[in-house]
Amino acid sequence: MASIKALCKEPELFSSGHRACAGCGEALGVRQVLLAAQKPVVIVIPTGCMEIISTLYPHTAWQVPCFHNAFENAAATLSGVEAAYKTFKRKGEITKDINFIAFGGDGGTYDIGFQALSGAVERGHRMLYVCTDNEAYMNTGVQRSSATPMGAHTTTSPAGNKIPGKVQWRKDIVEIMIAHDIPYAAQAAINNWSDLANKVQKALSVNGPSFINLLVPCPLGWMYPSDKTVEQSKMAVDTCFWPLYECENGVYKVNYDPKDKKIPAVEWLKTQDRFRHLFKPGNEHLIEAFQKEVDRRWQKLLGKVPKTV
Amino acid sequence: MVVAKTGNEAMAYAMKQVNPDVVAAYPITPSTEIVQIFSGYVADGLVDTEYVAVESEHSAMSACIGASVAGARAMTATASQGLALMHEMLHIAGGLRLPIVLCLASRSLSSPLNIHCDHSDSVASRDSGWIQIFCESSQEGYDSVVQAVRIAETAFIPVMVAIDGFILSHCMDRIEVLEDKQVQDFVGKLKPNYNLLDVDHPVTVSPACLPDSYFEHKRAQAQGMNDVLPVIEKVAADFGQKFGRLWKTIDGYRTEDAEAVIVCMGSAVGTTRIAVDELRKQGKKVGMFKLRIFRPLVADVFKKVLGKYKVVGVLDRVEGVSGYVTPLTVEVRAALYDQAPKPMVPSYVYGLGGREFEPEDAMKVFEELLGFAKAGKAPDGTGYVGVR
Repeated sequence: MASIKALCKEPELFSSGHRACAGCGEALGVRQVLLAAQKPVVIVIPTGCMEIISTLYPHTAWQVPCFHNAFENAAATLSGVEAAYKTFKRKGEITKDINFIAFGGDGGTYDIGFQALSGAVERGHRMLYVCTDNEAYMNTGVQRSSATPMGAHTTTSPAGNKIPGKVQWRKDIVEIMIAHDIPYAAQAAINNWSDLANKVQKALSVNGPSFINLLVPCPLGWMYPSDKTVEQSKMAVDTCFWPLYECENGVYKVNYDPKDKKIPAVEWLKTQDRFRHLFKPGNEHLIEAFQKEVDRRWQKLLGKVPKTV
Repeated sequence: MVVAKTGNEAMAYAMKQVNPDVVAAYPITPSTEIVQIFSGYVADGLVDTEYVAVESEHSAMSACIGASVAGARAMTATASQGLALMHEMLHIAGGLRLPIVLCLASRSLSSPLNIHCDHSDSVASRDSGWIQIFCESSQEGYDSVVQAVRIAETAFIPVMVAIDGFILSHCMDRIEVLEDKQVQDFVGKLKPNYNLLDVDHPVTVSPACLPDSYFEHKRAQAQGMNDVLPVIEKVAADFGQKFGRLWKTIDGYRTEDAEAVIVCMGSAVGTTRIAVDELRKQGKKVGMFKLRIFRPLVADVFKKVLGKYKVVGVLDRVEGVSGYVTPLTVEVRAALYDQAPKPMVPSYVYGLGGREFEPEDAMKVFEELLGFAKAGKAPDGTGYVGVR
C-alpha cells in the first residue's frame, strides 16, 4: 500500500506553474496518478483543459514524454504509441519497460472519444486510461456531457423555467469498461489519495488495458468555492454518489463503504450552485429522485460484490 | 522480377518490402485488399510490423500519428469516406511534419453512395499538408509507395500515393517488383528528430499555440511544402537511375508542336494517350500532360511547361462543387495568370463515380479544344464529359 511518506519522495512529474484554475481537481488528479505510477511513463492527452493548462507553447508542465493529438482519439493515439513500442522492444531497439497512460476528460472519454476507447480496450493494448471526470465539458465553458448528473445546470442543459437542468442520469462508464472484460477497472476520487495510488499501481501491473474513472471536482463548473475541491470529492464519495470500487479480473470490490457515515445527497447538492434551482419550491421531487437513483445504483453495485470473501 | 498483380496487391507488396514498424488501418472498398493482404504478411511473420486493426479510419490515422511521434515508420491505406473520416487527423499529421505514408485507392464521396473511382476523396484533402502523388498505373503505384517512404522521411512531410479505385486497384497487370534488399536500401532507415519513447529526454509534442506562435508554426510548415519538390524529383531520379523507371512530376506526350493539350491525372492518362495517338494519325496536332504531383502545387512547372500552348484543357475527375470550374483548372489558371500571352484553360469533369472514360471521350474533348484554338476563345464554364 502506498504511504503518503513514500509518495512525497517521488519526483513531481507534473510540475507547478501550469495554468489550471485555483482549486482544479484535474491537476490534483494527474499529479497524484503520476506520483503513484511506476516509472518510466509516457502520456497521451486529448484536447481539453489538461492540454490547455499544461502545454501552452513554449512551456510544458510535463516532466515525462507527453503527446497531445486531438479531442476524440487519446486511446487510438496511445494504441499507435504502444504498437511502436512493441515493435522496437521486439527488435531490441528499446530495452526499458515503459508504462503508457492516457488522461481524458469525461467529454473525451464518455462521449466523443468513446469509440476510440472501446476499440483500444478491445484490442488489448497495455495501457492505463484515466478518465478525469468533472462531469461536463469544462474547457469550452461547462456544457453537459453524458457524465453530467441529472438535475445539474450546464450551459447546454440550463436550468430554465420549463426544464430543470439536465434531464438524463449519467452514463455508467465504469460498468461499460468492465463489460469489455478488461483485467482491471476502477473508480476513484482525488480525496482518497491512498486508494487512488493503489489503484494506479494495480492498473499498471496488469498485462493489458486498465481503466480508472477519477472524480475531479471543478469549482468553475460545479460552482463552489475553489478551496472546497477535496471536500467536494469526499462528499461525493460519502453520499455514495461516487462509490470507490474496483473490478479485478471480473471480481468486484467496494474499497470504501461509508456505512453509518453515509450522508444524504441533498447535503452535497446544496453546496454546489449547479444544483441551486433544485432547491426552489416545487422541485423537491427532483432531489428525492436524485437520492433514489444514488441509492439504486449503490445497491446495484453492492449486489455485484461477492458475498463471501 | 515480373509478376502479375492488381494495384492493391502491388501496393501491399511494396508495404511488405518497406517493412514498416506500425500499420494501423481499417478496411474500405476499394482499398480493403491492401489491408487484408498486409495482415496476411503479419500473420505469416513476413514483416516486423505491429499491425493495429483499429475500429475506424479516424483511429487508423490517430494510431499512425501516435506511432510516428514514437519514432516508428507508420503506414496505412484507405479510400473515400475513410479518407474523409481521417480528414481532421491528416491536418495533424501534416502540421506535426510526420513522415507517414498512406496508400489510397481513389473513390468518390457520398452522397449518393458510390464505391467507384473519382478523385473527390484526395482532392478534398489537398490543403491538409500532405504530398499527393497520382499514379497512372499499378506499376507507378508500386514504385511510388517505395519512393514515398524516402520522400516523407527526407522532407518530414506525409505522403499520399493514389491509384484509381477499381480501374487500377482491382486490375491485374504486369508489375516489375524489386528485390526486398533493393527496397530496404532505397528507403534506408528512419531518423526521426525526436522520439516520444525516449524517456530520458522527455518532450511534449503538439502543444497548444496561441496567436503569438501558431502563425509561425504554419509559416514554417508552408516553407517545408514550398521546398519539397526538389526532394521528390531527386528521389524519383535516383529511383529511375537505379531501377530504370523514371516517373516525372509532369510528363508530356506528343506535345512538341501541339495546338491543344490536355492535362490529367491517374488512369485517364493512359486513355488520353490512346486518344492522342488516334488523332495524330488523323494529322491533328494534340498532346497530353500527365500530372503526377498534385501537392505540392507545381505552379512553376505549369508556367514552364504549359505556358506556351494556345489551349490547355484540364480534365478533372472531381467536380469541386465550387460554383466555378474544377479544382485543378483553378490551379492551372492561377499558375498561368501572369503569362503573356497565356493559354486558354477550359475546364472538364469526367468519370465521376466510376463513369467510364474511353479514348473516344478524350478525342471529343480534343476536338473541342482544337475548335477553341481555331476560334481563339473558349467558354469559361465547365464541360461535362460523358454525363447524360
